[in-house]
Amino acid sequence: MTPSGYFLEHLWLIPLFPLVTAALMLLIGRLLPRSAVSFFCVGSVLLSFVYAAGAVYQLLAVAPENRVYQQILFEWITPGAMPGPGGLFNFVADWGYLLDPLSCVMVLVVTGVGFLIHVYSIGYMGHEGGYYRFFGYMNLFMFSMLTLVLANNLLFLFVGWEGVGLCSYLLIGFYFLKKSACDAGKKAFIVNRIGDTGFLLGMFLVATTFGTVRFTSQMLSDPVAYPGILETLRAMVDQRQLLYGAPVLTGIALLLFVGATGKSAQIPLYVWLPDAMEGPTPVSALIHAATMVTAGVYMVVRMSAIYQLAPVAMDVVAIIGATTAIFAASMAMVQNDIKKVLAYSTISQLGYMFLALGVGAFAAGIFHLMTHAFFKALLFLGAGSVIHALSGEQDLRKMGGLWNTIPATSRPFLIATLAITGIPPLAGFFSKDEILGDVFNRHNEAFIVDRYLFLWGIGLITAGITAFYMFRLLFLAFFGRSRVPTELEEHIHESPKSMTVPLAILAFLSICGGWFALPVLWGEKNTFKTFLEPVLSGVKIETGAVELGQHTLLKEYLLMMASVGIAVLGIWLAYRVYLQYPKLRYKIIAAWPRLYNLLVHKYYVDEIYDALFVNRVKDLSTAFSVVDAKLIDGVCVDGAGWLARMFSRISMWWDKWVVDGLVNLVGKVTNALSVPVRMFQTGVFSSYALLILLGLAILLGYYGHHMHTIVRNLR
Amino acid sequence: MMPIGYYLFLSMALFLIGAIGVVTRRNVIVVLMSIELILNAANINLVAFSRIFGDVAGQVFALFIIADAAAEAAVGLGIIIAFFRNRETVLEDEMDLLKW
Repeated sequence: MTPSGYFLEHLWLIPLFPLVTAALMLLIGRLLPRSAVSFFCVGSVLLSFVYAAGAVYQLLAVAPENRVYQQILFEWITPGAMPGPGGLFNFVADWGYLLDPLSCVMVLVVTGVGFLIHVYSIGYMGHEGGYYRFFGYMNLFMFSMLTLVLANNLLFLFVGWEGVGLCSYLLIGFYFLKKSACDAGKKAFIVNRIGDTGFLLGMFLVATTFGTVRFTSQMLSDPVAYPGILETLRAMVDQRQLLYGAPVLTGIALLLFVGATGKSAQIPLYVWLPDAMEGPTPVSALIHAATMVTAGVYMVVRMSAIYQLAPVAMDVVAIIGATTAIFAASMAMVQNDIKKVLAYSTISQLGYMFLALGVGAFAAGIFHLMTHAFFKALLFLGAGSVIHALSGEQDLRKMGGLWNTIPATSRPFLIATLAITGIPPLAGFFSKDEILGDVFNRHNEAFIVDRYLFLWGIGLITAGITAFYMFRLLFLAFFGRSRVPTELEEHIHESPKSMTVPLAILAFLSICGGWFALPVLWGEKNTFKTFLEPVLSGVKIETGAVELGQHTLLKEYLLMMASVGIAVLGIWLAYRVYLQYPKLRYKIIAAWPRLYNLLVHKYYVDEIYDALFVNRVKDLSTAFSVVDAKLIDGVCVDGAGWLARMFSRISMWWDKWVVDGLVNLVGKVTNALSVPVRMFQTGVFSSYALLILLGLAILLGYYGHHMHTIVRNLR
Repeated sequence: MMPIGYYLFLSMALFLIGAIGVVTRRNVIVVLMSIELILNAANINLVAFSRIFGDVAGQVFALFIIADAAAEAAVGLGIIIAFFRNRETVLEDEMDLLKW
């Protein structure tokens, strides 16, 4: 039985709702009152959520192997025949939507968390200028993100990919009068462009290798006429045209991963995300924590069939992910800006997801993506609520003691902190434990030290650091002595209902979100993994395909105890340093000043990038500007001007002396000829009269003899 | 019947007085009056020859010329008044706008 129903047939409406309101806001939003802006923009996201939930419900009604719904609205780009594998192929990119278990998860997370953040924004942005502009961009973002997760081909996914990048740029630079915000927006956009170059090249390689960019041809009327990447790959592998670890597959996987490092802020392209905190806090929560930055994870999982056949690329993904995780976590330990801590935490958690993908635990990666969306959105919104309460103060050193002053913020914040730390039974525990367990399971049974053991170690240490910096944040913000400046202390106020209710809902999700995927220990099998299985099965090859080992109960207990133990250790350390002995941290700083400086300056990565790339590009631009000034402007433009002036001077001389001369000559000749004629025209009346008389006399004298005859005849 | 020579003589005298007036006088009104004399000289000629040849056509012509002279005097004086209002003169040697 194939999936069908009203909501599935109207899948295309899900991205359309926010697009319509975005267009409305950006065209005439200025004229609308705030209540209307809130009504339209939040309402459209709610509608999307309802339609998404309906579509997912109708998809779940059929058997697991049939849970794919694909809808091609029209053929979008049809350039005709292109050279490809085995001769010419007909390249087609559809305007089409695909709903399968993977996009189910994504679309629900995006619309659900997105809706809560939109509601929160009503309160948070209530006193800000550009209210309609904010919501217009947010809705445009929702449209792009939904296009990204619902697209049925790589090119259409890329449309959403670029759209979210644009909205990210617009929203980071929302306070465009602030130079740092504009710079951060530009940085985010440019760094993303670097990643996008890799994405584009990867996409071209996909098109020429497989002859299509459509993900799958499942549930299409004519699978042969509408080939999909998955089916083509399977056929090529069956015919031994592509082998396990084929260079072209590694190339595709690595190039697409370059795109993912840009969008998902992984080493080496993570530098834009901390700066992106210049945007309003709901933006940080929606775009830079819950949804957009996970697009890279989603894309890699979407192409998992290719990654599974490219072991080198998988190792690269895993190593980059693990390195990013621990690297960003170490920087989060010393940040004093509440949002910067969360930004580095996001980078670190994204690193976890890529670590999971790199070892083939795609389901665990997506699972962590989902739980992370819940608790990180909650952390950001909670931080926003704190900032709101303190009238814009973001510095952790000027907080403290807020636990009882703003209870509706502090309680959910604690839950989110526990969730990200990985304390059972909150959401983060299950997803993080799943990742660490899957990494450990790739490890050789003979307990020889190999790269998976090493990666697992990094992941475990990162979990400890995560616990440390998150509780440092919690203790500094909510516990201990209040360090809030006195003039702010009087204005501390709890946030409005529109902000605290989303916090409460997200807190609920942060607690229960992990129960979708109880590990083997607590149940028959991992439901979440089973749910995603049809999408992630990929192409099975006898030799060396990624096969995750089954957890044995004892190993699972031990792993769980290890990750909980290290989290508790991190919490205990944070408690000792920041709550019990507040002076202790200064001693630590004094003991390792160089290490502390290294961390505070974020390993000088920005400076290194400036020195290596930014300043070199500036030098190049300076060199080009000299060429511009001297060669283009100096020789070409000025030379052309000089030549034109010379020619015009010659032309002027010709005009003045030859053309005008001829004209004047005609005039002068006429003038000279007229002189004798003019002499008659004296203008003296009496002389005219005299001349007339003289003429008469002459006439009479000439004809005088006739007169004489006449007179004689009369006689 | 008086010989025609008398008439012609009178006519010639009138014509000469008129012609000399036209050529010599500076006042345009006097010039206009002199032109009237010339016209009347022509009238005398016409009437005289009409009588001699016994043909009244000459007298009809004379009547036409009288009417014509009246019209010409009216138009001429009108022009002179208009000109006087502009230039405050009726002396022809001061009418030199079109002079080269």
